[in-house]
Amino acid sequence: MANIMIRKSDKGYVFYMPKRDIEDSITSMEFDTPEKWGGEIKLGNGGAYYIEPQVAPERLPYSVRARRIDGVE
Amino acid sequence: MAALTREETEALIQEVLEVYPEKAKKDRAKHLMVNDKELESSKKCITSNRKSLPGVMTMRGCAYAGSKGVLWGPIKDVISISHGPIGCGQYSRAGRRNYYIGTSGVDSFCEMNFTSDFQEKDIVFGGDKKLAKLINEIEGLFPLNKGISIQSECPVGLIGDDIEAVAKKAAKELNKPVVPVRCEGFRGVSQSLGHHIANDSVRDWIITNRDGHPFEKTPYDVAILGDYNVGGDAWASRILLEEMGLRVVAQWSGDGTLAEMENTPFVKLNLLHCYRSMNYISRYMEEKYNIPWIEYNFFGPSKIKESLRKIASFFDDKIKEGAERVIEKYTPSMEAVIAKYKPRLQGKKVMLYVGGLRPRHTVGAYEDLGMEVVGAGYEFAHNDDYDRTIKEMGDATLIYDDVTGYEFEEFVKAIKPDLIGSGIKEKYVFHKMGVPFRQLHSWDYSGPYHGYDGFAVFARDMDMTLNNPCWNMMQTPWQEKPAKSLLKDPLLKAA
Repeated sequence: MANIMIRKSDKGYVFYMPKRDIEDSITSMEFDTPEKWGGEIKLGNGGAYYIEPQVAPERLPYSVRARRIDGVE
Repeated sequence: MAALTREETEALIQEVLEVYPEKAKKDRAKHLMVNDKELESSKKCITSNRKSLPGVMTMRGCAYAGSKGVLWGPIKDVISISHGPIGCGQYSRAGRRNYYIGTSGVDSFCEMNFTSDFQEKDIVFGGDKKLAKLINEIEGLFPLNKGISIQSECPVGLIGDDIEAVAKKAAKELNKPVVPVRCEGFRGVSQSLGHHIANDSVRDWIITNRDGHPFEKTPYDVAILGDYNVGGDAWASRILLEEMGLRVVAQWSGDGTLAEMENTPFVKLNLLHCYRSMNYISRYMEEKYNIPWIEYNFFGPSKIKESLRKIASFFDDKIKEGAERVIEKYTPSMEAVIAKYKPRLQGKKVMLYVGGLRPRHTVGAYEDLGMEVVGAGYEFAHNDDYDRTIKEMGDATLIYDDVTGYEFEEFVKAIKPDLIGSGIKEKYVFHKMGVPFRQLHSWDYSGPYHGYDGFAVFARDMDMTLNNPCWNMMQTPWQEKPAKSLLKDPLLKAA
């Protein structure tokens, strides 16, 4: 589990992990509605993380705990 | 047009790597690449922010250098104590020429060295008592300080002193912020982690201090982040922002004060110059205070123009007009600078090796002068920096991460640049090789280089270095072809 920060750019969600300074675009997010948000997210660099599905944050950037499923460190 | 073709550059990398033992060769190969503008991500081509190999000559610093030297040191009214043996503090004392307005020793303390001067007994019995005493002494001698930061050196972390406890107690007694910074030099692989730790300490101990306090806001408040006022850089940037109608609330951290930093959460927009050292706190402020941040680049008129417009796009028409007015005002003088120096510098090749920002930021300024950057590398950049660099640099140019002394020399011998921009550790090596050299960390005792005023100085300095007649006198007398035989010299015969 790691703390990540999700922010919005003009091209969609951006993933940022402060501890390792990894910044990448989020290519897909499993749930992206106001009521249910999160789930499995896929990154531009091929990595995949899991965020416990939750109510969408009121505004971004938003820090959240995420679990690494797969991929590049 | 790069100095070498793609194949030649690849061959050069292979040739240079040849001398290393197998394991070292494999590791170093990951840090060198030939640029390809088409790439979206640098991840597959270059590895960065990794531990330097033992045995090679690296130019990196340590976490303490990142925290004390870069971020905390230039804040003028905060006294930064170098907690540990005396050397670290002494050699990082005002070395970066962060200019400030104030009276040294009265209300400004950048040029002074405050240290707990660890001795053997402090290692054995712990240095906390000494630190508490030192803080009291500082308060007695320099009552106009606005706060104190404790910059840990390696031994403090090794012996496990509790500087946080001392800081908390002292802060209560003095009623001032006392910030413990756990920036022991052995942390991380380079100064980059020191920036991160320093950012985190600002986040934890400074930035929320004035939450809920009254502050007279205007819609045009901005803060300059990541400008350390090397040779007056931040001033040259600030006047442009003020001229276009913005109000600069804070400068982080060159010529900055503690009050400015505490007021930063009230601004509308954070302007980030050095992305590598201050993106952490910008991201934090974006999340907590909803302050957007943008990167900007004030090197060279083309990039300044771009950046001013980008900054103005966050504000109303008044600022947008202001930006155009500023651009228009300075265009004639910039054209004059370019007309003067471009003919003398046109087509010259430059190789850069600097910290975490300038190798890509100065590319535009060199291009404005008709010069070309054929090689660039960073001491402590991360992959997101290389992602940004790939776009700035030409195709088939050489990119090197944490380049070793040997590699850099070999690259220079093969590529034969007309100018090298790097730091003091590289300067005299290349001077002795007969290559013109400018320091791009401290601007070689010159500056500012940011902003329109800075570009004029930048252009002059590059010309002054490159076209200096001394470079034609590099050959030693015994290597010169003898003009005439000594034996035929009539004077010698007579003797």
